[in-house]
Amino acid sequence: MPRLSATQRHSIRFTLNGTPVQGEAEPRMLLTDFLRHVLGATGTHVGCEHGVCGACTVQVDGALARACLTLAVQVQGCEIRTVEGLAPAPGRLSILQEAFRRHHALQCGFCTAGILMSLDAFLRAQPDADEAALRDLLSGHLCRCTGYAPIIAAALDAAARLRETAHA
Amino acid sequence: MKPAKFDYVQAEALDEALATLRAEGEGARIIAGGQSLLPMLNMRLARPAVLVDIMHIAALAEATATTETLRIGAAVRQAALLARPSLHPLLAAALPWVGHAQTRSRGTLCGSVAHADPSAEIPLVLLALQGEILLRSARRARRVAATDFFTGMMQTARHEDEMIEAITIPQPRTGEGYAFREVGRRHGDFAIVACAAAAHATGVRLAIGGVADHPAARELPADSAQWDDALDAFAHALDARDDLHATATYRRQLVRKLGRQVMQEAAACRA
Amino acid sequence: MDSPGDKWVGQSLPRFEDAALLTGRGRYFDDCGTPPGTLHAAILRSPHGHARIEGIETAAARALPGVAAILTGEDIRATTTSLVVGVKAPMECWPIAVERVRYVGEPVVVVVATDRYVAEDALDLIEVRYAPLPAVTDPVAALAPAAPVLHDGLKGNLASERRFRYGDPEAAFAAAAHRVRIDVAYPRSACTPIECYGVLAEYDPGEDSYDVFANFQGPFSIHAVIARALRVPGNRLRLRTPPDSGGSFGVKQGVFPYIVLIAAAAKACGRPVKWVEDRLEHLAASSVATNRVTRLEAAVTADGIITALDWDQLEDCGAQLRAPEPATLYRMHGNMTGAYAIRNVAIRNRVVLTNKAPTGLNRGFGGPQVYFALERLVQRIAITLGLHPLDVIRLNLVPTAAMPYRTASGALLDSGDYATALETALRDGRHDELLRRRDAARAQGRHYGIGYTAVVEPSVSNMGYITAVLTPAERKRAGPKNGAQATATIQCDAVGSVSVHVASVPQGQGHRTVLAQVVADELGLRPQDIRVVTDIDTAKDAWSIASGNYASRFAPAVAGVARIAAQQLRARLTRIAAPLLNVPPEDVVLAGGKLHASGNADNALPFARVASSPHWAPGTLPAEDSAPLRETAWWTPPELTAPNESDEVNSSLCHGFIFDFCGVEVDRITGETRIDHYVTMHDCGTVLHPGMVAGQVTGGFAHALGAALYEAHSYADDGSLQTGTFADYLVPTAMEVPAPIILHHESPSPFTPLGAKGVGEGNCMSTPVCIANAVADALGLHDVTLPLLPATLAAHLHGAEPNAPAAAPKGERLLRGEGQARVNAPREQLWALLLDPDALMAIVPGAHGIQRTSPTDYTAEVTLGIGPVKGRYRVALALSDLDEPNALTLSGNAAGALGFGQGRGQVTLTDANGATIIAYRYEAAVGGKVASIAGRLLDGATRVVISQFFAALARQAAPQAPWWQRLLQRLGLRA
Ligand code: FES
Ligand code: FES
Repeated sequence: MPRLSATQRHSIRFTLNGTPVQGEAEPRMLLTDFLRHVLGATGTHVGCEHGVCGACTVQVDGALARACLTLAVQVQGCEIRTVEGLAPAPGRLSILQEAFRRHHALQCGFCTAGILMSLDAFLRAQPDADEAALRDLLSGHLCRCTGYAPIIAAALDAAARLRETAHA
Repeated sequence: MKPAKFDYVQAEALDEALATLRAEGEGARIIAGGQSLLPMLNMRLARPAVLVDIMHIAALAEATATTETLRIGAAVRQAALLARPSLHPLLAAALPWVGHAQTRSRGTLCGSVAHADPSAEIPLVLLALQGEILLRSARRARRVAATDFFTGMMQTARHEDEMIEAITIPQPRTGEGYAFREVGRRHGDFAIVACAAAAHATGVRLAIGGVADHPAARELPADSAQWDDALDAFAHALDARDDLHATATYRRQLVRKLGRQVMQEAAACRA
Repeated sequence: MDSPGDKWVGQSLPRFEDAALLTGRGRYFDDCGTPPGTLHAAILRSPHGHARIEGIETAAARALPGVAAILTGEDIRATTTSLVVGVKAPMECWPIAVERVRYVGEPVVVVVATDRYVAEDALDLIEVRYAPLPAVTDPVAALAPAAPVLHDGLKGNLASERRFRYGDPEAAFAAAAHRVRIDVAYPRSACTPIECYGVLAEYDPGEDSYDVFANFQGPFSIHAVIARALRVPGNRLRLRTPPDSGGSFGVKQGVFPYIVLIAAAAKACGRPVKWVEDRLEHLAASSVATNRVTRLEAAVTADGIITALDWDQLEDCGAQLRAPEPATLYRMHGNMTGAYAIRNVAIRNRVVLTNKAPTGLNRGFGGPQVYFALERLVQRIAITLGLHPLDVIRLNLVPTAAMPYRTASGALLDSGDYATALETALRDGRHDELLRRRDAARAQGRHYGIGYTAVVEPSVSNMGYITAVLTPAERKRAGPKNGAQATATIQCDAVGSVSVHVASVPQGQGHRTVLAQVVADELGLRPQDIRVVTDIDTAKDAWSIASGNYASRFAPAVAGVARIAAQQLRARLTRIAAPLLNVPPEDVVLAGGKLHASGNADNALPFARVASSPHWAPGTLPAEDSAPLRETAWWTPPELTAPNESDEVNSSLCHGFIFDFCGVEVDRITGETRIDHYVTMHDCGTVLHPGMVAGQVTGGFAHALGAALYEAHSYADDGSLQTGTFADYLVPTAMEVPAPIILHHESPSPFTPLGAKGVGEGNCMSTPVCIANAVADALGLHDVTLPLLPATLAAHLHGAEPNAPAAAPKGERLLRGEGQARVNAPREQLWALLLDPDALMAIVPGAHGIQRTSPTDYTAEVTLGIGPVKGRYRVALALSDLDEPNALTLSGNAAGALGFGQGRGQVTLTDANGATIIAYRYEAAVGGKVASIAGRLLDGATRVVISQFFAALARQAAPQAPWWQRLLQRLGLRA
């Protein structure tokens, strides 16, 4: 691949929640800025830009990634999933999202997108996750509103329901 | 909080990456998972002229095991290794302490070794197990023992034109036992003290991270009656410092007390 | 709706907010788009705690393509007025440094450019020359006569001092069987919402008016402060807020200086300007809670009754007194006796300025500081008198029969049954079992302790409490200030659907859901039928200075006034419907989406038809009901009077009660505190939405747990900030925060429309001290300092360290080190090298442009790097104590974008058979950016740089000697 010049914008293409997208970015542009300000997908939030708060967490080719620790050029050709892609249809919520609503697992909602992306990937890989495993996973996110208890409750509830639907 | 400008090369082959390193010297930085580098770029602590992305070099993405060693390529992510069905017990114990699930899914083992943070777990394990670092430049390849690799705070024996191609870790041997413990302020934080121990028939090799400028290891006698003195000497030798999160005294005390626990545990699982 | 069981209020409905927030469709500040042509600002900030600005070089930055404007303090001063200061004191308060910087992170230059990346590129090109001044960060030290003075007009650093006396404290102390005293220092912490600040400002020169969009939270008294600073009347400052806010907890009140700054920048550029605060900026310079040094003494009878308190509070507001400070110190003024009936109180309040970030609203606002002293004291009283802490609490609680109870300093405790709440908590929180757990743990030699706290949680602030900082005479001159306003507007549109607007700014408290419930109950509708709008536009909405979201006023005040507005609307609806239903208005019932005659549900009209009728058929209605249905209600509680002649002040309208107890265990090796069992009993009056109340409690608990165990906004003695990132400012995660057991005992407030009281801040007041009391109990500690660092607790557990090395002096932040190298060259050759600029140029790693300014002084540009961290510095080096060829002293200082440092090293050269042993010993101090964001690495990094220097020196002296390079490598020195 040719060397991408620092001073120019380059075409970046990837799949966002199943839809091909394209935009231009300098090599230094963070994926957070690219998603939010180039593509207008503002559901992914920015809380620290140094990889601690987890608000920006997305899925890149199915694996979790801090979008603030990812350059847009690095995801050329990848499949990106963000919070905008979680609901099964407009006006409906996924099992996980429903559980969050039922348990009041969000207040301001600013941390929520990242937490949902982490749980979505994790529960798919480990549907039997217990509270300890969920707390360990969630330790990669900061939430200042909820005190985490309702998030844990929602995650456990969602896990149970997902297991049921898997067996049904 | 946005990075300064840099060029970007997505290397498709090792030669391409090495050629860029050779041409650019210290202006080039390898980016693999980016989990240590990106915060530094965002804060403009690091200002490379060019980033060389090695994650598309297929040859680097493999972890291969023989009966003797596990060889981990530069593009192997921490999460990928952790998901392997059989993994060296010390690595398996230490890897969950590396950052968080959300960073392990991107971060590589070799990237952590190259970064050489004094609190990092992977360098510590490498040192405890006497692994090796495979360095490669456009001109040559060489192996450096972990014992010789970490030279200071984020300082290693790597030359500017070299990159880590892989690390190798000896496979667990029968008759050895391993244990790992870490204390940080919060889960996933930089270690205040991290201990990794490998017990064998004639002694225990104990490696300590988070205290000195780089991880340090010592061979301690098998006889636990001698441990207190040996640990005390080790604790003093590490030249612990005070910082925001812990005092030097606390660090030394943890080396003594946790160190002892970890050695006991390692000795107990020698099977 | 005829039986109370049918009410929507009191149910935990799913929130209307959530569907959008869960699918990424929230509209937070940075999601809201910008007008065409918007430019982006970045702010250059002070790396020094205290320094004079000697010059700002901006030419290179101006020349950068994409840069539109560069504004310094002088430019801002020319177009704005200083922000008003809350005390009568000769000092100014600018949103950007003018002439001097007084804290790390203070804005120094604003760059406006086409995008944020370019704006930050420009920051790199600006050179500010600082002359560092001595800094003072400790509030007690700041009062010393010799302390550096922050604001020259003030003479010293004391910004305010007042003494208060209620009852007869001297007599009570004279008669007391015991005097028990406690000295505590409460640290700084901050609530750090996950969304940072954002401001978008436009200026219209034709109208001389500003349009500002910002995630400001109120109180809107600040609107007046901003307008005055921008030199426009209030009607030329339109301030709007986005529909969603990513948390605030008080902190987003502190966005206002940036509103002034960015608005001034927009005026200077003639274009809209947007600024989004980043996390480093937030941690350094947004809004933190005050730290406070308190001495508190109690007069206690032989059987444990507290008869008097003597408070001495020293409040540290940082480098500026920003509105509404020193409100943190006065917010609790009516509640200085907590949950206890203590009639005699003396108070001395002092406010001091230090070289730290200015303080402001943070959840708990003044409560944590007060209760940490008071409830630690209660534990000390119990220990001193040999009583159980619970008995001291029980003996002194305000009796239920005394409610509403006027405290000694003037608060009117509205309602409560503290004794019952306490006993219920002990029973339902399984206190007996906890005692058994503790005993069992202790029997095994484990360190287990139990803590207790009782607190009163004030809510709905009296806007007048802050005037208690003035003397009665000063207050008289200034005119009375008091009260709290709340307002809500409800309207029915042309199809009869209902919209509600309140002048509040939600930050996650579910306003839209709760208001819909309240209004639905009054109008006989379903909550989902009601649309609630919660953003504010000062140009169009009803608002007052008390508007906004602070002081836990939503449930008691805002939801309450929404009910009043709904009642007004209902009265009009029933008047319209009555003739059509052929019944008197008082017999019209609103239920099930209809208005019907009482007792005859068939005689009914659809709600929508009645509600829309003034739109469609105003002529058929009596004149007074012909206007479309739009009711704005205002509510102000008469209880919130101004402070009186005796300085008695009812500082808040409502007073919830909290009783907490907890069991903790301290690990005997690591000193880590584990919360084993935490019970929190709340009386917050009527609970409007149990799910959200639980959320407020668990959220507040997590903040409090952070303050108790992890969070501290730390400065070194030289004013360097040490907690500049989320890797050092430690916010607890799901691994650290257990779920507390939450209990309720409801005593509705007689003073609020719905009987509700605030609930969101209480645990920030009760929990830190409850945990501290438990840890004190576990380890038998007399004094406890927050946060409870494992290293500190471990020191108690481990005892003296075997053969400990000499400790560095306390508070000392010098980096020290030593090393040596063997060089295959004679001493004279090394000596010559050190005194030769060309040779030095080669030695100093990455040096260029070295100049000799005197025989022993050099300056150079140097690139220093540790791993990937590289930066350019201006370096000055001086050689002194020359003892040729044996020894010399090398001192130097460096300054650059990543920080600054200075150091001194003694170098000795010893002959070793023709080779030389070069040994060095150094002390260095490093500050600025790198100290704030990578403090953990400083020591080692300094060692690397210094060893690089000597390695290079050796290399230069003996270039042909590869064998010692290997030696150096073995010594840890890279050649
Ligand atoms: S914004 Fe990416 S982790 Fe905080
Ligand atoms: S809901 Fe506000 S930060 Fe998590």
